[in-house]
Amino acid sequence: MLIFELGGKGRSAKAQYRQMDTEIEIPESHLRKTPAGLPEVSELQVVRHFTNLSKKNFSIDGEFYPLGSCTMKYNPRGVHKAASIPGFLNRHPFAPEAHSQGYLACMYELQEYLKDVTGMQVISLTPMAGAQGEFAGVAMIRAYHNKNNDLDRSEILIPSAAHGTNPATAVMCGYKVREIAVNAEGDLDLDELKKAVGPQTAGLMMTNPSTCGVFERQIKEISSVVHEAGGLLYYDGANLNAILGKVKPGDMGFDVLHMNLHKTFATPHGGGGPGSGPVGVRSRLAPFVPTPIVGKREQDGKDYFYWRDEQEIPETIGSLSAFMGNAGILLRAYAYARLLGREGMHRVGEYATLNANYMARQLEQSGFELAYPKRRATHEFIVTLSKEAKQLGVNAMDFAKRLMDYGYHAPTTYFPLLVPECLLIEPTETESLEEIDGFVKAMKCILKEAKDCPELVTGAPYNMPVRRLDDVKAARELDLSLMK
Amino acid sequence: MPFVPHTDEDEKVMLDTIGVNSIEDLFDEIPGELRAGELLQIPDGISEMELLRLMNERARRDEVVLSFLGAGAYEHHIPGVVWDLTSRGEFLTAYTPYQAEASQGLLQLIYEYQTMISRLTAMDVANASVYDGASAMAEAMLMAVRANRKSKSKKILCAGNVHPGYLAACRSIVRNQQISIDIIDWDVDTGNLDTNYLQSGEDYAALVISYPNFFGGLEDVNHLTDWAHQEQALVVAVVNPISLGLLNPPGNWGDDGADIVVSEGQPLGIPVSSGGPYLGIMCCRQAIVRQMPGRIIGRTTDLDGKEGFTLTLQAREQHIRRAKATSNICTNQGLLVTAATIYMSLMGDKGIYEVARQCHHGLLTLLEKARRLPGVEPRFHGPRFHEVVLKLPVTAKKVLAGMAEQGILGGYDLGGFSENLENCVLVNVTETKTIEDIEKFVACLATVLEV
Amino acid sequence: MVEFPKNLRFAKTHEWARLEDDGTVTVGISDHAQEALGDVVFVELPDVDTALDAGGEAGVVESVKAASDIYSPVSGTVLEINNELEDKPEIVNEAPYDNGWFFRLTPSNSDELNSLLKSEDYQRLCEEETH
Repeated sequence: MLIFELGGKGRSAKAQYRQMDTEIEIPESHLRKTPAGLPEVSELQVVRHFTNLSKKNFSIDGEFYPLGSCTMKYNPRGVHKAASIPGFLNRHPFAPEAHSQGYLACMYELQEYLKDVTGMQVISLTPMAGAQGEFAGVAMIRAYHNKNNDLDRSEILIPSAAHGTNPATAVMCGYKVREIAVNAEGDLDLDELKKAVGPQTAGLMMTNPSTCGVFERQIKEISSVVHEAGGLLYYDGANLNAILGKVKPGDMGFDVLHMNLHKTFATPHGGGGPGSGPVGVRSRLAPFVPTPIVGKREQDGKDYFYWRDEQEIPETIGSLSAFMGNAGILLRAYAYARLLGREGMHRVGEYATLNANYMARQLEQSGFELAYPKRRATHEFIVTLSKEAKQLGVNAMDFAKRLMDYGYHAPTTYFPLLVPECLLIEPTETESLEEIDGFVKAMKCILKEAKDCPELVTGAPYNMPVRRLDDVKAARELDLSLMK
Repeated sequence: MPFVPHTDEDEKVMLDTIGVNSIEDLFDEIPGELRAGELLQIPDGISEMELLRLMNERARRDEVVLSFLGAGAYEHHIPGVVWDLTSRGEFLTAYTPYQAEASQGLLQLIYEYQTMISRLTAMDVANASVYDGASAMAEAMLMAVRANRKSKSKKILCAGNVHPGYLAACRSIVRNQQISIDIIDWDVDTGNLDTNYLQSGEDYAALVISYPNFFGGLEDVNHLTDWAHQEQALVVAVVNPISLGLLNPPGNWGDDGADIVVSEGQPLGIPVSSGGPYLGIMCCRQAIVRQMPGRIIGRTTDLDGKEGFTLTLQAREQHIRRAKATSNICTNQGLLVTAATIYMSLMGDKGIYEVARQCHHGLLTLLEKARRLPGVEPRFHGPRFHEVVLKLPVTAKKVLAGMAEQGILGGYDLGGFSENLENCVLVNVTETKTIEDIEKFVACLATVLEV
Repeated sequence: MVEFPKNLRFAKTHEWARLEDDGTVTVGISDHAQEALGDVVFVELPDVDTALDAGGEAGVVESVKAASDIYSPVSGTVLEINNELEDKPEIVNEAPYDNGWFFRLTPSNSDELNSLLKSEDYQRLCEEETH
């Protein structure tokens, strides 16, 4: 039932506002003529309605969520609590520096930590999500070439397996996109890359480990090919969790990167956001970083933290939000880093990799086909169900839907696009052996069902609040808001 | 690592299954010279107890007694219910609802949000939100260029009295797509748009109007909307959602209403929290919905004919359309949508109306008391919502610093904004301020001015 | 069974073109294309009087899982568009060569039709793509 259908005329949560007969000095022509039509419900009705809605959701807190490329690891509650301290929640974005030293200290230290794990020289925390970080990164590449009067660089190279945001971002920054093929081992086709680079190359965007769930072994060569052609190397931090504490993108030759703190630093996904996508650069791109960033100087014998804005960074690509990005998420990332500490940070990539390799091997031994069986899995791996789709008529989507009946969120389906009928599976480091074994067992059961009774799988799910939804109807007969 | 559950025994079982001797062996495809050394900048880990102690100490350093700062981030009462419910793990730790069957709760909630927002703004449809008000305005500019089929122009005409932070972010975001932004100056006496600068015949994709404007003033939006439509430009409205409890919603502006509406959703139950995470509200007319970026939820039916909710119009998004997507955006502010939806459900029309009215009334009270101080007067005349520009006898910087020493944040210094706003401060009052708070503000201002 | 009518010419980008008796050219998408797209949910057409280049973007056809650009197979000026597709995009799936046409144009150079693929060549192209 929709909340609009619960109401009674004139009902509302009256404890939440005062009623006063106050004057208004606004001419009639500016005033609202008719009420908007918001819900008319009591406070208890609101509480019940949204509590019940919450129960119709899968979440990390409730279910194993092996969603490839999304890093659905445990979001520590203590971190949420630390970031929800009233002093932080009530701090106004324009509060004077003198009244912001506690907050700014956290931000400054976070910048330092992120420099260390990425091998970059300057970090800007302001981008509000991965896609905005990407935008900032590519905009800096553009600013760099412009500064050098290198104006014919019009192309961004992107591996064909890349996430869709990469090409979309390149276009938003005014570039043309050229895709580079990926070979059967999941590595970039180096010959094609060599042919593709030239004076028109602005840069190459890639993840490493790649979206194929394998480490790009030729990264050093790729880096020199692109750099020799005068291009820059962009690191999409989507898969940073795989190498956190093990490999620094800066050491691989990347000039600029973004991180997804909602993945690697365990900030909650919140049902689709907020995210946070800080960018890091090596020194040659430092003049262009998005503002503001946090600086430190000595004042009266003590550390004093301050904002560095476009006065100090005049060649900046500019600001990206009204204030300074998703501050509350940055605080969470900071708190997470403190809980992990140096030792914990080194372990993230290790255990994420252990879990993925174990799970891949278990699934392989249960009769599933790995997309890259000869490669080590990184923090994630790909199972391809093209055999099942052809022989049994049960495809990757059917497996995904049936998994929900077993109490598991589906892995990522049909991505990367170049592997047919694929499931991209990422268990993360915070899942236990028992949980992983349980998932493998469910996959085995579904495979058996697919052989014995395929329509059972193709008709799934059955235990969810709804069965499969009519997407075609949703798109043809758009119903995006309840008519009054 | 405090959140890795593996026992030594687990680790051994797993390594044996994989057929390697150590975790280190799993990294054997990575060239040795790429391996990171120790992370020297990261301190030793601490416990949750130590973390909370540290964070409490830092938060306490930043506390103030009373704040009259607005300028795009407003301190409203947040009902206890809002974040208690929003912090439920089922909302907090869910992913984007790509698997609709396992996300019906969130999907229905977003459908309800879209309905509430489109009703509040009197528009046809809303998306599931973008990052914040500033990025929503930038997306609106890009959308207007795509959606305006009557004009091929890549020029936007933008009010000079929109939030300067929004304008700066828009410039950074649209710059690389050959879109240019022309500014309409505001009148130095009223602070409102100078309609003399509206010249016919220039081809613009859209006109961007802020209502209230950055100074808290109310523009003649009916006139501006009709003018823009006459010139074949779309109208992008930038509004405050709380003000719409009281003020004429953009869907009703002029003869035909605004075409795209964006808004910072922070006042709807979201703490000011150093500037984020906030909520970028975005709505439009039905006719141009396919040009709107971001996620949109639709109502449909399942295999059994039962009502359900799903993501729709996805073919426009980056994960399918790649280089041709409407935007590279792949986040909506799901958690903040949840908070705002719960807030609007609690308040209803009546609650939001009352909050808007009391903000406005509080501001009138403050203004009446403050202007009794010698040399203090409103810089602009004309109707306003819940913010006012006060002109002071000395620099705002000096006054604000003096007030801050007494624990009161007196407002936003407009000194750097324009040469016409020397000694000016932007002051906000919301329903959270009592008459005593307002008297405290005035008394504090008086002592600072006397020094 | 996917159809490849003999009387039509095809572009590599999966549009068909038919020369009408009055010298105008009607354009739509092939049976193969509609099948690959799946249920069509929306079609965006060019405005009447728009001048199109051969191979230039002329609109978008959208299904639940994909959105594809439509390219004009020949150059010319748009004379008429199929307004029925606005409310009933499913016609593209039901009758791609008939009621599911997209737009009609006055060609600026009808010789361009000859450089398009013949039915059997297009069929071969499609078969290669699926294998």
